[in-house]
Amino acid sequence: MSEPLLQVEDLRVRFSTEDGVVHAVDGISYTVDIGQTLGIVGESGSGKSVSSLTMLGLTRSQGADIEGRILFGGRDLVALPDAELRKIRGNEIAMIFQDPLSSLHPFYKVGVQLTEAVHAHRNVSKSQARARAVELLDLVGIPDPKRRVDQFPHEFSGGMRQRVMIAMALANEPKLLIADEPTTALDVTVQAQILALLDDLQSRLGMAIIIITHDLGVVAEITDQIAVMYAGRIVERAPTQAIFGSPQHPYTWGLLKSIPRLDSPRGEELVPISGRPPSLIKRPSGCHFHPRCPYVRDEHKRIDPRLEPVTGDPGHAVACLLSSELRSRIWHGLTLGESSATLRHLVVEDEHPVRAHAVPRVSEDGPV
Amino acid sequence: MGRYIIRRILWGIAMLFIVSAVVFLIFYVLPSADPAVLRAGRNAGPQQIAEIRHSLGLDKPIYAQYVTYMGQVFLHFNFGFSYQYNVPVRQLIFSRLPATVWLVTGAVIIWLGIGLSVGIISAIRRRSLIDRASMTGSLALISAPVFWLGLVSLYLFADDIGVWKIFPGQGSYAAASTFPQKFASMILPWLVLAAATSAVYARYMRASMIDTMSEDYIRTARAKGLPERTVIRRHAVRSAITPIVTLVGLDVGTLLAGNAILTETVFNIPGVGRLLYNAINVSDLTTIQGITLFGAFFIVFFNLVVDIGYAYLDPRVRYS
Repeated sequence: MSEPLLQVEDLRVRFSTEDGVVHAVDGISYTVDIGQTLGIVGESGSGKSVSSLTMLGLTRSQGADIEGRILFGGRDLVALPDAELRKIRGNEIAMIFQDPLSSLHPFYKVGVQLTEAVHAHRNVSKSQARARAVELLDLVGIPDPKRRVDQFPHEFSGGMRQRVMIAMALANEPKLLIADEPTTALDVTVQAQILALLDDLQSRLGMAIIIITHDLGVVAEITDQIAVMYAGRIVERAPTQAIFGSPQHPYTWGLLKSIPRLDSPRGEELVPISGRPPSLIKRPSGCHFHPRCPYVRDEHKRIDPRLEPVTGDPGHAVACLLSSELRSRIWHGLTLGESSATLRHLVVEDEHPVRAHAVPRVSEDGPV
Repeated sequence: MGRYIIRRILWGIAMLFIVSAVVFLIFYVLPSADPAVLRAGRNAGPQQIAEIRHSLGLDKPIYAQYVTYMGQVFLHFNFGFSYQYNVPVRQLIFSRLPATVWLVTGAVIIWLGIGLSVGIISAIRRRSLIDRASMTGSLALISAPVFWLGLVSLYLFADDIGVWKIFPGQGSYAAASTFPQKFASMILPWLVLAAATSAVYARYMRASMIDTMSEDYIRTARAKGLPERTVIRRHAVRSAITPIVTLVGLDVGTLLAGNAILTETVFNIPGVGRLLYNAINVSDLTTIQGITLFGAFFIVFFNLVVDIGYAYLDPRVRYS
């Protein structure tokens, strides 16, 4: 098997603030192969953006404390000096962001911003860079690129701006494109166009893509692998089909149940995940998800689960303390439309198999 | 763009009309004493006062006075006659203007140079020793009154009374005849006038830079792989400096309008501010009125320059 394009090993990113240390990324590992697409999914504040910004060294200036390794083409990006990392940014690894309007400089013409990206890494003439800019706008499907290249960002529509951002990212034919919430700020119809464009460009240019999103629906179509992040950690990692077919983590179930699906039973309601994302300064004890997990047991408040392969499926890993047999029974129940409240009895029975009928109350102020 | 400029110019003219009307109200209608007496100065006889009353049309009804006044100001560019100096006020102001322009120009260059660079460096090296030192220093300079700073600088550096006799002191500008002498005589006034303003600009630029550095497009510029130097110069400073342009326009306008009064008085520079100071001392109402109108013109004019400059700097303004 060939070397993966990108290998993140036990990456940790901490920020010291006045309120305490923020554990933004807490020991995540994943790999991306050449030409592959990875989706990183999680709520805001789950560390998904910070991990990618760290890859490009963009959290360094904010005083981030970074540990672990990010291997890319045989180099460790964490240890690389700023000057070396700059040569990789926008060249071998490019990034696009959530809000294309605020991400483009309002005072410079689109063409100027594009040629700047070319000039940053290539020693080409002005006219060559400009020709490349027109070519890039054409590549991302902007009509009349020769005229548009001389316009300002505010003269473009939202979707067209994101196309400009993509064009800029592709300027130096990167091997890896990181798309941080690329469709969140766009209309739904435009979202689909941008995703289709990314998919199309990938098949034509052969680059790998990391898509960061809070929306599992966005990544369903175009990713090969999905990593679900919660409170700075990966809680589940699997091929896309497995995430949608046999998800293992209660948080993933929550994400899946909160997006509308065409194949779900008629009349089924969308269920939001209760509670709020945890503070990354004072994180919950044990399993970080336990305060919001409908299937929590007392010992989950003490034991910190590790990301481990699912029995019988080495490509699928999950960090959950429930037994795999129990997890598959709960997910089966959820797919049949049962609520998590009714499925909770499975957990309780499993915990107290003898006294199945005398259900003890799980007290909130019980021993932790 | 053309329409934008025309709109701004029309608005500027309207502003001048409004200001003139307000000035008329203040100088002709509101004074409780006889306007003719006020204009005649302190040593005028009854006959002279009657003459002034008649020549200024002060014996006519208010609306007729207003028409005459506006006609004189806008059609003939006539700001009245100073009986104190026995010359037309316009001539008086024009004779004083070069010194003020000279003073303000030098001070602007100094305060922009110092203020902007200190602001940029403080923003980039935020919370560093250099940032804290320059912000503390700027606070001190902002707190120091210009007349105090002027006197202290004369006491320390003037070549006549100074502890270290380095720079030409009070009154040296009026005495200077060659360009190098005039230049040297302005060094202390420039520094004193620029001190507080450059401190204000340093703080303003720092805040503006810090805001800009957290913009998404700065992250984009970095993600493109641009060198940090380019990110700061081409992307951050370019944006952060735009609001400063507004500030410069207003400050230059008000300084030319006589706001350099303290500096000019302390250093005895025969400029517009010094003229205003003298006019106030001897109750030379026509001159005060003339300088007020002139000042309004400068402020409106520089506001116009700022608006047009802003459109040039920010394409979003140009096209909307």
